[in-house]
Amino acid sequence: LRKNVEDFTGPRERSDLGFVTFDITADILNGKNGLPTSIFDWNVKQLFLYLSAEYSTKNNALNQVVLWDKIMLRGDNPRLFLKDMKSKYFFFDDGNGLKGNRNVTLTLSWNVVPNAGILPLVTGSGHVSVPFPDTYETTKSY
Amino acid sequence: AGSSPPPARCGPFLGPAMDLFGDLRRMNKRQLYYQVLNFAMIVSSALMIWKGLIVITGSESPIVVVLSGSMEPAFHRGDLLFLTNFHDDPIRAGEIVVFKVEGRDIPIVHRVIKIHEKENGNIKFLTKGDNNEVDDRGLYKEGQNWLEKKDVVGRARGFLPYVGMVTIIMNDYPKFKYALLAVMGAYVLLKRES
Repeated sequence: LRKNVEDFTGPRERSDLGFVTFDITADILNGKNGLPTSIFDWNVKQLFLYLSAEYSTKNNALNQVVLWDKIMLRGDNPRLFLKDMKSKYFFFDDGNGLKGNRNVTLTLSWNVVPNAGILPLVTGSGHVSVPFPDTYETTKSY
Repeated sequence: AGSSPPPARCGPFLGPAMDLFGDLRRMNKRQLYYQVLNFAMIVSSALMIWKGLIVITGSESPIVVVLSGSMEPAFHRGDLLFLTNFHDDPIRAGEIVVFKVEGRDIPIVHRVIKIHEKENGNIKFLTKGDNNEVDDRGLYKEGQNWLEKKDVVGRARGFLPYVGMVTIIMNDYPKFKYALLAVMGAYVLLKRES
């Protein structure tokens, strides 16, 4: 699982707004019994994939923001090869905690939706740390 | 006591129906009270199981029916969701929560897309239906931008498709509900334990 990112923050009223572009290379597998098998077994209807950013700020000990999501139906290719993706949702912080934040971690996770039964949430292995620059960006456009 | 006349030979339905009415006439008061008590026991047991579930799961409503299509294609109208609401379970992005907006009765099933949690555990979070374009801020109370732990009815842990349709039909067609109750009542009261 690899992600390459480019990011910057823009000043918006009172809260920082982060802009992130990323690539995702992933192969979603079910590693339950030791050996990796296809995630789409007989009881998996779909996967809800989401890329979330997790970080700490002065204001809040823990922040998690979903930047992007995708629904993968049974029968779709479990391999992802996405490049230059922009976040689907606005990456607002609750305050000004993105500027200069060196420890923003991006993780890919997914919700397994069965045909019937338990709804597990799985975090993918491999995550990427994204440091945000110390200054606001006023010239770049997104 | 006299014996009732044998059922007339007029078809497969009329026979058992005549038997039923014959039974009704023959039942004396004691048997009727017994049947009523039996019925009451069934109702009480069902209530106890429901209350037990509320205690075990920590949720005021451990089983809910999905009412809208805002979480499609994962959940459709009529699907049944099983919830838990353990106090120590942290709310994290990506989880499916059932919450109630202050002042409204109807629980909403959507996904958590943003959380901001303080060191003392105070958390505020934002939700959005998978099938909706925008987040739920428009659904919250006037001026409310975030949800808090107290708004949560529970987290979806498991689900069964279609089973909840019965509840929706009973809500939309009350006559169906009364008919169903009447049939169930008649069955329990008239069933004979051999």
